[in-house]
Amino acid sequence: MKAVLFIFLFFISFSFYATEITVCETCEIKSIKNAVEVAKSGDTIRVKPGVYKENDIVISDKSLTLIGEDFPVIDAEMQGTAISFRADAFTIEGFKIINIGRSHTSDFSAILVSNSTNFEVKNNRFDNIFFGILIERSNNGRIVGNQVTGKATSQAHSGNAIHLWKTSEMHIEDNHLEGVRDGIYLEFTDDTEIINNVCKNNLRYGLHFMFSDGNTYSGNLFDNNGAGVAVMYSKEILMYRNTFKNNWGSASYGLLLKDITDSELKQNTFEENTVGISADNTNRINYIENNFKSNGYAVKIRGGCYNNVFNRNNFLYNSFDLTYTGHSNGNTFNGNYWSNYSGYDLDKNNFGDIPYRPVSLFSYLVDKTPESIVMLRSLFIDLIEFSEKVSPIFTPANVLDQQPYIRKIQW
Amino acid sequence: MFKILKYSFFDLFRSRWSFVYFFFYLLLGLVLLFLNNDLSNAIITLMNVIIVLVPLIGTIFGIMYFYNSREFTELLLAQPIARKHIFLGQYLGVAISLALSLVLGLGIPFIIYGLLESSAIWDFLSLLVVGSFLTFIFTALSFGIALRFENKIKGFGMAILMWLFLAIIYDGIFLLLLMYFQEYPLEDFALAASVLNPIDLSRTLILLKLDISALLGYTGAVFKSFFGTTKGSIISFGVLLAWVILPVWGMLRLASKKDF
Repeated sequence: MKAVLFIFLFFISFSFYATEITVCETCEIKSIKNAVEVAKSGDTIRVKPGVYKENDIVISDKSLTLIGEDFPVIDAEMQGTAISFRADAFTIEGFKIINIGRSHTSDFSAILVSNSTNFEVKNNRFDNIFFGILIERSNNGRIVGNQVTGKATSQAHSGNAIHLWKTSEMHIEDNHLEGVRDGIYLEFTDDTEIINNVCKNNLRYGLHFMFSDGNTYSGNLFDNNGAGVAVMYSKEILMYRNTFKNNWGSASYGLLLKDITDSELKQNTFEENTVGISADNTNRINYIENNFKSNGYAVKIRGGCYNNVFNRNNFLYNSFDLTYTGHSNGNTFNGNYWSNYSGYDLDKNNFGDIPYRPVSLFSYLVDKTPESIVMLRSLFIDLIEFSEKVSPIFTPANVLDQQPYIRKIQW
Repeated sequence: MFKILKYSFFDLFRSRWSFVYFFFYLLLGLVLLFLNNDLSNAIITLMNVIIVLVPLIGTIFGIMYFYNSREFTELLLAQPIARKHIFLGQYLGVAISLALSLVLGLGIPFIIYGLLESSAIWDFLSLLVVGSFLTFIFTALSFGIALRFENKIKGFGMAILMWLFLAIIYDGIFLLLLMYFQEYPLEDFALAASVLNPIDLSRTLILLKLDISALLGYTGAVFKSFFGTTKGSIISFGVLLAWVILPVWGMLRLASKKDF
């Protein structure tokens, strides 16, 4: 009881001492930097609309709440980082931060968070930035509802919208990230949730994982990026209900998986990508109930892939459903719907009576000599394709779907 | 010449074959649209059909018409009309009526299914243009063959062989060469080889219109960068036109030299 009373009193006193500092052009305190200097831990700094030409605002060991009214602009004038935090339990909300300078030696960013916990970066807008929100050695943060637009033209001269390095238990939701190098970049970042974000028109990847385990991303849209999502050297990644589309180009993928283990893809949609999924050295991944529609290649399985399971996916009107390198290696395809399947279902159990071979001879030929792609849909190719189907010689005989579903799978 | 064109044209319209051809395309278009319910998908399926069937029908129709109307032709030859006009008139009569059957037969169902409001209209138009070109090309080739061979069986055989070569065997040889020389950079060769055969060229043109190329990585991009530019499309339509003009010119030369 005493403890409860103590905590109660503590909060009372805390709120009593917590003050609100207002910053505006005609106020006593005219700059955010000034406000931060006079503020005590627990204070709120309210910034009125206006343009604040400031950079290198440093907030150290103070739990502040920074609130911008009607998106006051912080113009860093291409010099250094705009705001940096090294504190616990802070919030920054409703600012517009613009003009972050590019550098080859430092990662200048709009908001830099380091060695912090329990923070929130909410509903801010970023324009013409190098790095947007850069977070390092921190945990338990929320990044919600931010909008980032960059003007990236080359990979070497651009940064990432949301960049996490050595963090954990982060929550990234409802952000709109456009025109930067990577929409969201995670390195050594564990147990993070990435939900309902939109990553569009980015130079390299919409979302990029490096050495980051146990993360979940779901409900995101990746549209027209260099490649939608790259997941590399990570394990236990859950990917649910994302949409990957319009990632076009010679080295473009909807989803690039490299050295991934024990992960799951469920109910994702891959539409009109050059390559839907490129899987390289991936083990024990479940692909369940995904839609692959109108891609150049739906799935490319490269070397070193063991024990992956494809179950109940829809392969719809792709130029190639599957290209495959090597032996079957315990990868199974079962109960998928293939729009190119031409078999029948006499016993009416909803599964085709003859197995489907997803690897076509033509895809094998194109793999060997890419130029032969000109023959796509030629009568000659159809003929040899047919004879190959009757008796497979070049395509792996044991890569087949024993129970192809006869109708499009609804989920 | 126009008089003869008119005669051939109406002769064909009176015979049932033009209508059979017309109804075949009408039915094909309707069934495809009924089954697909999606214009751009239907266009892809239609392309497969057009690329194979239009040349075949043009060839067989051309050679059949020529052999059948041989007596009429000989009658005309006895009249004071330039040979050039007789054969050009007959050729145009056949080719135009075939092309018309194709355009109307496919056009009507697509218009019924709301093509005019759809964004696929340009793809569809290029499909019809390419189909018409193929009709003109293969009718001219078959007329040439019919003029060259008196013997009907031989003529038919040669015509079918010509179709078989351009539609299938050419691609086979092409593919073998690509496989054999796969260590070398082959983009330019592949481009040239696909431009030189009218069937391959038509297929590539339509596929690129349908934006599939962009999905096919680097080589697709090479093709896109050739066919997608104005220069590329001028060249490819120039080649199609040359494929019409050269056989017609050869056919007329054969006709003017031939002893009937």
